[in-house]
Parts: sequence; structure tokens; C-alpha cells
Amino acid sequence: MVIANGHAAVEERTIPELGALHAQVQQLQAQVDALRAQAPENRLSMVVFSGDLDRVLAAFVIASGAAASGMETSMFFTFWGLTALRRRRESKGKTLLQKLMGWMTPVGSRGLGVSKMNFGGVGAKMLRAMMRQQGAPQIEEMMQLTRDLGVRIVACQMSMDVMGIRQDELIEGVEVGGVATFLGDATKSKTTLFI
Amino acid sequence: MAIQYDIEVDARGLQCPMPIVNARKTFQELQSGQTLRVLATDPGSVNDFKGWANMVADAELLAQETTEIDGKTVYVHYIRKK
Repeated sequence: MVIANGHAAVEERTIPELGALHAQVQQLQAQVDALRAQAPENRLSMVVFSGDLDRVLAAFVIASGAAASGMETSMFFTFWGLTALRRRRESKGKTLLQKLMGWMTPVGSRGLGVSKMNFGGVGAKMLRAMMRQQGAPQIEEMMQLTRDLGVRIVACQMSMDVMGIRQDELIEGVEVGGVATFLGDATKSKTTLFI
Repeated sequence: MAIQYDIEVDARGLQCPMPIVNARKTFQELQSGQTLRVLATDPGSVNDFKGWANMVADAELLAQETTEIDGKTVYVHYIRKK
């Protein structure tokens, strides 16, 4: 009896089990796909809030190192950080406060002061001289390097509006975006930094 | 002792992050199986190239050695493209 029906019995038992297995595999596949969509990419996102020479320099050193290590890198410049991206000062069409803000803040990396012992810009000059002595790249070279390495540079639209900075006052190749632009990149990133 | 290499990057006298940035440029031009040799005077480059090789999927750090060239300590890194 057992021998005669052996083959049929096995098939009867296997087919429903295979169906259950198939459903389980599909479920697992869906879970793996969902996890994969959430998994962080080889990506670095940073907010550059500071307009201090030393901090912005640190940001560019990290960004170029990350990009040179194959990481997709994005830098979001907001508030004082925007001053590092300025290339000229324009007063036309701005409110009095915006004009004042424009005059009181640096234009580009060359105008940035250091976060400690700046002494009206002497500290920044000293730091630059010390870096030159050690053969360390200057911030302008680091900025160019990050562009060459394909780092994404985004300026915060909201702080541009508040401070009265227009895109044509910023260096070439800068994108403009809001918080969602940053979060879009940050949620996919292994590493996020606020500088 | 002598490790064969195909291309050399001289990053002597350069500070972080230039040794890895320059190495990266040349490494991208390598064919699979080729080896890059990097000369650096930055002592931090020893750990930097370990970290860099960990991050770059097709890079394998073959060896690192310290030597003396023209009276200066030089850190030599050998990286193979997988």
C-alpha cells in the first residue's frame, strides 16, 4: 500500500508545501526590496552653517576626502555659510537691512575670518600663512578641488531670501534648494554633518 | 621586499587630503590588476590609505612601508586595483 502509493503520496504532500514556500519567498523578497530602498548609500551630506574660515575649510577637506574615496557628496550652505560662496556684493533692489547685511558680511572665502583669535582678520591671515608653510592647500584650492571631484553644492534658498543674496551674487555652479533638498540627500546618506 | 608597481604618485610634501585626492585620480585610470605606488611624507597617510582602501570597493592595500629618501621619512603605499 505504502510502496504502491509512495510517489503519489509524496506529490500530494509536496505541492501544497511548495505553494506555501513560494508565498514565503515572495514575502521575503518584498521585505528585502523594502529594506534595500531604505539602506543608506555610499553618500555624505553636510550642512555648512558657519562662515568661519577654519570651519568652512574643515568642511571642504572632509568633502574632498569623501569624494576622493568614492562617496557621493553634497554640501548645503546656509546662513553664514553662504558668505563663502559669494563672488560679488550687489545692493540694488535690496531692503536697507539686506544692504547692511551685505556690507557687514564677507564676500567669498577670501573675506572669511577664523572662529577664534581673528583680531579683525589678522588671525585669518596668520592661519593662511601657517598653512602655506606646511604645504597645506588653501581654502580656494579646496573649493576648486571639490568641484573637480563632482561634489554637489547647494545654497539654501530661504537664507538667501532673508539675507538678500541672489544667485547671481554666488559663484558659478551652485544649485539653489530648500530643506527638502538637503533631507532628500541626507536620508540616503551613511554620514551627515552639521558644520 | 620590492613590490612591483605600474604607476607612481609622488605626494611628498603634500598635506591631507591631497595624497588620497591625487591617488584617486591616478587610481581611476588603472586597469584591473595594476598596482599604484604612492609616496607621501604626511604621517597621517598611513591611516588614511587604510581607510581609503576600505571605502573604495575595487582598491586593495597590498603593503605599506616606511623608508628614508633624501633624509626625509617617506611613507610608501601600494594599492592594487581589483
